[in-house]
Amino acid sequence: MLNYTLRRLAFAVPTVLVISLIVFLMLDMAPGDPTASLPLTIPPEVREQMRLALGLGDPVLVRYVKWLHMMVVVEPSHMIANATGWNIGVEGPRILSWQTRSPVGDIIVQRMPQTLWVVGLGYLFGILIAVPIGVISAYRQYSWFDQAGTFVSMVGFSVPTFFTGVVFILIFSVWLGWFPSMYDTTHQVRDWDSFVFQVRQIAMPVAVLALFNASQISRFMRASMLDNLNQDYVRTARAKGLREKTVVLVHVLRNSMIPVVTVIAIGIPTVFTGAIITEQIFRVNGLGDALIRAIYVSDWPMVQTITFIFAILIVLFNLIADVLYGILDPRIRYD
Amino acid sequence: MPDGSAPVLDVRDLKTVFRTRAGDIHAVNAVSFDLRPGELLGVVGESGSGKSVTMMSLIGLLPTPPADVCDGTAMLAGQDLLRMGPEALRAVRGRDIGFVFQDPMTSLNPVFTVGFQIMEPLRRHMGMDKAQARRRAAELLALVGIPDPERRLKDFPHQFSGGMRQRVMIAIALACDPKVLIADEPTTALDVTIQAQILELVKELRARLGMAIIWITHDLGVIAGIADRVMVMYGGQVVEHGRVRDVFADPAHPYTRALLQTVPKLREPREAQLRVIEGQPPLLGAHPAACPFRARCGQAFDRCARENPARRPVGAQGHDVACHWDHRSGAPA
Ligand SMILES: Nc1ncnc2c1ncn2[C@@H]1O[C@H](COP(=O)(O)OP(=O)(O)OP(=O)(O)O)[C@@H](O)[C@H]1O
Ligand SMILES: [Mg+2]
Repeated sequence: MLNYTLRRLAFAVPTVLVISLIVFLMLDMAPGDPTASLPLTIPPEVREQMRLALGLGDPVLVRYVKWLHMMVVVEPSHMIANATGWNIGVEGPRILSWQTRSPVGDIIVQRMPQTLWVVGLGYLFGILIAVPIGVISAYRQYSWFDQAGTFVSMVGFSVPTFFTGVVFILIFSVWLGWFPSMYDTTHQVRDWDSFVFQVRQIAMPVAVLALFNASQISRFMRASMLDNLNQDYVRTARAKGLREKTVVLVHVLRNSMIPVVTVIAIGIPTVFTGAIITEQIFRVNGLGDALIRAIYVSDWPMVQTITFIFAILIVLFNLIADVLYGILDPRIRYD
Repeated sequence: MPDGSAPVLDVRDLKTVFRTRAGDIHAVNAVSFDLRPGELLGVVGESGSGKSVTMMSLIGLLPTPPADVCDGTAMLAGQDLLRMGPEALRAVRGRDIGFVFQDPMTSLNPVFTVGFQIMEPLRRHMGMDKAQARRRAAELLALVGIPDPERRLKDFPHQFSGGMRQRVMIAIALACDPKVLIADEPTTALDVTIQAQILELVKELRARLGMAIIWITHDLGVIAGIADRVMVMYGGQVVEHGRVRDVFADPAHPYTRALLQTVPKLREPREAQLRVIEGQPPLLGAHPAACPFRARCGQAFDRCARENPARRPVGAQGHDVACHWDHRSGAPA
């Protein structure tokens, strides 16, 4: 297993490199210029100098290699230094946002906690809701619980989050006034009251994401349970005289979790990208929000970096999903 | 064979109906049989004749709905299995009655070790702790002829061959020293040499442990080799029943006779074609008011369409048949 994981990690490196090259080149070729949004009165030669100052004078491959070096060496070392105070001693220019002129890495580090809290909790609650619903729906197939669960998950799955988000704001902020409609990132949790405020302001975006994730995962859970409930080994377990609870929650659930856990793992990075919209609606200034703003103003270094991070996450979680599969299913041999 | 002693299992007039949207399916109709201590009862009959449903009805293994075990009694040690609550029946399953199923490849849970799966009934029914259950599980694996049992307890089912898995299934079924072992076509999915090994194993275990066995099979050769008595089922009913040598020597039901003729004989000149029983198995939709076999029966006459024959004794003691036609005289009985 360890061998397999290491081998897969080694293969992931060229994959990520190719992705980084594609991301870099595509954005480089995209129309839009960092100086395009500046006033038209700026003379062309000044404009050109600004472009040179942004490092746009070099050939594209040179710029790619420089960017890659900053991306995988300089920025991580800064991150480590900031987090642990331990200086590796890698110096050099950092990736600068064209828009704010501050290092992209610092912006991402600032934005990360909001995204992780909102998206992470949304995913976590989604799983916690989805698993029991899927299990009960499958066990009581066609019962009213199953019918209701299937209907709600179909709605939750087919209605986009920007719609549920707006509906939630309308109902719970505008009409009922229970929750604030905007997320205040500057809010600090210091005591009980500020904690309660934090819970209230995070509740709606988390609920919107949790609903969406839960409807997806519960469908998987239900289908997987149904597959397994009809298996011969379930009859064997019953013939042994085991309690129904043991049969379902030990024998069937353990088997049903295998594909579901994989789906959950693969879904984690897509949740980041999916949260872009939710962040916009609730004004959470997280990573998704940063990405959207950077795209608006053609801030390519920012876009490249965030896209690249998403790509790494996708490759990484695919790998994690495969490894989990091997851990959960003893029939899988990876040698 | 053990005769005269009180039966361990006594089933009377068992009736199971599947209530489906397309209508009722009368899968088991008034089936009666008994099983004496240490005896091996063979059950034969073509696919769909209700062999499995009969046995699963006894211990509540059928999904309800659609299954409805609506009539009959099944006495095990003075208790009626069909009147027990689900909790009491759960205590009987795996403790008093062990079950071995047809397909060993799918009957074990792929994600748990074989040891865990053998230990489960021991811990559930015998109140053993982990260490005791593990010791007993290793004994059981040794009993069913799996070498190096201590180590194999930690293996998963996919690390065993089909025959080995069926041995594990037998070990699970025997874990709590059941009075009755029900084996539902336990060798059908295995190749011939492995079949023979499993048969030998069961014969030996029966001699050693003395439990009564119900052995469901399509293979008359197996019945001839190991059973004391045989019960022939057709269309959800028992059509003939008796000691193996009586039934094989003097089959009384046209279906049994046809069944015995379909077995290719090695010692006689080869026939041009394999013998088959012409026609289709009956549809079990209607309540059986007529003989289920009449459409395929060469001897059928008008009474067969009017009246479902009851079992009546023939020839040797304990031999009975459900047929209006008398095979001796060749005339209506
Ligand atoms: N869940 C079910 N719903 C409806 N009908 C069923 C169900 N299970 C079994 N039956 C019906 O009950 C009848 C008897 O089936 P059973 O499985 O007992 O046959 P069998 O004699 O064991 O055959 P085989 O030799 O193929 O195992 C069949 O006609 C089948 O259609
Ligand atoms: Mg069967």
